[in-house]
Amino acid sequence: MSMLYHSQRAMRAKRQEALRRGVIAILDIGSYKTSCLVLRFDSSDELLAADGVGAMAGQSNFRVIGAATTKSRGVKFGEIDMVQETECAIRTAVQAAQKMANMRVDHVIVSFAGARPRSYGLVGEVSLQTGTVSESDVASALAACDLPDIGEGREVLHAQPVNFALDHRSGLKDPRGHVGNRLSADMHMLTIDSHAIETILRCVKRCDLELAGIASSPYAAGISSLVEDEQELGAACIDLGGGTTGVSIFIKKHMIYADTVRMGGDHVTQDISQGLQIPAGDAERIKTRFGGLVATGMDDRERIELESDTGDWEHDRRTISRAELIGVMRPRVEEILEEVRAILEDAGFDHLPSQRIVLTGGASQIPGLDALASRILGNQVRLGRPLRVQGLPQSACGPAFSASVGLALFAAYPQDEWWDFEVPADRYPARSLKRAVKWFRDNW
Amino acid sequence: MRPLIRRRQAHDPAPSRWAYRVQRLWLTPIFRSVLRVGVPAFAVVALGGVYISDPANVLRLQDSVAELRRSIEDRPEFRVNFMSITGASPVLAEEIRATVSPDFPLSSFDLDLEGLRRRVENIRAVSVAEIRIRSGGELAVTVTERRPVLVWQAREGLWLVDAEGERVAPLLARPDLDYLPVIAGDRANEAAAQALALFETAEPLGERLRGLVRMGERRWDVVLTDGIRIQLPETDPAPALDWVLAQDDAQELLDRDILRVDLRDPSRTVLQLTPDALAELRRMRETEILGDHQG
Repeated sequence: MSMLYHSQRAMRAKRQEALRRGVIAILDIGSYKTSCLVLRFDSSDELLAADGVGAMAGQSNFRVIGAATTKSRGVKFGEIDMVQETECAIRTAVQAAQKMANMRVDHVIVSFAGARPRSYGLVGEVSLQTGTVSESDVASALAACDLPDIGEGREVLHAQPVNFALDHRSGLKDPRGHVGNRLSADMHMLTIDSHAIETILRCVKRCDLELAGIASSPYAAGISSLVEDEQELGAACIDLGGGTTGVSIFIKKHMIYADTVRMGGDHVTQDISQGLQIPAGDAERIKTRFGGLVATGMDDRERIELESDTGDWEHDRRTISRAELIGVMRPRVEEILEEVRAILEDAGFDHLPSQRIVLTGGASQIPGLDALASRILGNQVRLGRPLRVQGLPQSACGPAFSASVGLALFAAYPQDEWWDFEVPADRYPARSLKRAVKWFRDNW
Repeated sequence: MRPLIRRRQAHDPAPSRWAYRVQRLWLTPIFRSVLRVGVPAFAVVALGGVYISDPANVLRLQDSVAELRRSIEDRPEFRVNFMSITGASPVLAEEIRATVSPDFPLSSFDLDLEGLRRRVENIRAVSVAEIRIRSGGELAVTVTERRPVLVWQAREGLWLVDAEGERVAPLLARPDLDYLPVIAGDRANEAAAQALALFETAEPLGERLRGLVRMGERRWDVVLTDGIRIQLPETDPAPALDWVLAQDDAQELLDRDILRVDLRDPSRTVLQLTPDALAELRRMRETEILGDHQG
C-alpha cells in the first residue's frame, strides 16, 4: 500500500514538474487506436472574453499543440498484450504529435480501459481533536478508511474522497473550517490488475518518456463528455470503445463507480467478419460505412457488395442487404448494452436522483444506437461528444476522443486523491526521522 | 504464434527506436541551437584558424587584399592630376610648389592632406592654408598670405613682420617694401601690436619719425630723423607719446636743441640737451647772474 502511495506521489510530483515546464503529453492507449495529444499550459490566457467565447468552463489555460492518432497494435481488451508492438504504436503516435507540436515532450499521462477495474466505497471516521476540521483531520479521516481485501496482484488506481460527513451533516464538499465532533469521509477506490500498470510503465519507459500520471479511461471519458449538471446530479458515461466498454457513474462531480464490459466495437467487427466470411479490414469498412442498428424497409433494398479476391467467382461476387448487416451487428450491441445494464444495476444507478446516460466512444457512432440504448437502458439516453478544448484538430473532436480530451482535463484540473494529503504522523513507521521533524514542525 | 524474432517489415509505420530518439533529440531546444549555431560557428572559426596558422596563407591574403585595394585606388575617378593655388602671390606660389611637390598623377588615397596642409602652413608667409581635392583630379590649395606691416631690424638682418609679430620673409627678398615702418631691437617683433599702436599715435611726426627701438625687450624708444630719442615708459607708452606730441604742438618741443626726451619715470620728465645748447644755457645763466650783480 505504501509503495503505491509513494509511486503515486512520485507521479504527482512529475506532473507538477511537467506543468511547470508547460508541456505534457496525453496518451490514450485504446484497443482500436492509440492517440497522443501534446498540451501546452501557459499562464497567460490567450482567449479573451472579447472573442465572444466564454471561459469554456475554465478549460482555456491549456492548449492542444500536437495531436496524432495511430492504429493500436498489440492491445486487447484495453490491456497491453504485446509489449513491443504497443511500444511501436506509442512511438508512432508520440513522434507524430511531437512533430506537429514542434516540441519535445518528456512527461506523459496515460489512460487505458482494461485491466478489470473494480470499485470500492470506503468509509473512514475520526473524532476531531480540536473541534475545527483542518487538513490533517481530513488526511487522518482518509487514512482511517479500512482497506478491503482488494485481492492478490491488484493495485489502486484512483482513491478519491467523494463525500465528507461531519456529525449528522452529510454531503460536505470541503469540511475544512467546519466545527464538529466526528468527521467521516467516503472514498471511492478503483483497483486494477497490477501487471497492467507495470506493463504500461515499461512501455512508456522504453519510449524514453516519464509517466506523470495514470487514469482509467472510463473516468476520463466521463470527465469530458458529461456536462456539468450531469456530473452534479448523477449520470453514467458509457464509453463504447474498441475492445472494452467502460462505464463510469458520476454524482456531485465525483466518480463513484467504474467498471468495464470486456466487449466493444471490435467484437461487432469480428461478428461481421465471421458472419459474412470477409476479412476483418473489410468488415471494419462495411461496419463504419453501412452499419446500423435499426432496420427499416429501405434497408432491404440497399445491397452491399462483399468484394474479395479469392478467385472463386461465386464467393467474390456476393452481396448482402443492409438489413442483413444490421441483423449481424444488433445482437452484439444488444449484448454489450445488456451487460452495461447489469453493471448499472449492480452499482445502484437506479437510486441516483437523475439517471442520465451518455453514450460516447468510437462505437457510439453506429447509427441507431441511441434508439437501441434507450430501449435497453432507459429513456434518458443521449449521445455525447467530448468537450471542446482549444487547439484540438477537427479530426480529434469526435466521440472516439472523449477519453483523450478527458485525460487532458484530468491533467489540467486533477481531483484530490488520497495521496495528495499528508500522511498523518501516527501512520508513519516508528523509526522514521520524518516523524520527529513533523512533530517539531507542528508544535513549534 | 507470431514469430518472436523481429524481422523488419518494409511498411511498418512505426519509427525505429533510434529514429524516434534522434527526432526527440532534434526537438530538444538546446541541442538544436547548438547544432544550428554552435557547430557552424565552431567550424568557421576552426577552418579560419587552420588557414591562418600557415604564414604563407596570411601573406597571400594580405597581398590579395592590397592588390584589391590598389586596383580600386588606381581608378581614374580617384586620380589627382594637378595642383591649383589660389590666394598666393606668384612668388609665394612658386615657394608652395617647391615645398609641396607631389609627382602627379597619383591616387587621392595616397595624399596626406593634413600633412600637406601642415607643410604649407610651415612656410612663413602663409597664415592659413586649406587643401582639398576637387572633382576633375584637382588638388586645390587655398592660401591666406601673411600681410607684412613692419620692417624689423634684427641682428641677423632685416625681416618683414606681420601684425602678430610673425616673420613673413627676409627683406632682401622683397626690396620694394621699404615704405613700411621700421622697428629694431631684440625680440621687437613680439611686441608688434604695441609698435603698430605707437606708429598710429606718432602719425603727426610724419617724415621725422625714423622708427621704434625695443630697449631691453621691455619698452620702446621713438627715434626721430634728427637724432632725437623719445624714451617711452614700459607701461602706457602711447599716452606718454601723445603727451610729447602735444608738447611739441604747444611749445615746439621737438624742434628745440635736445637729444632725448626721457619719459621712463612717469612722475618726472627729463630733457637732455645737446652740448651746444647746454653751453648756451650756461652762458645765458652767467650773463643773467652778472646782470643781477650789476643791477
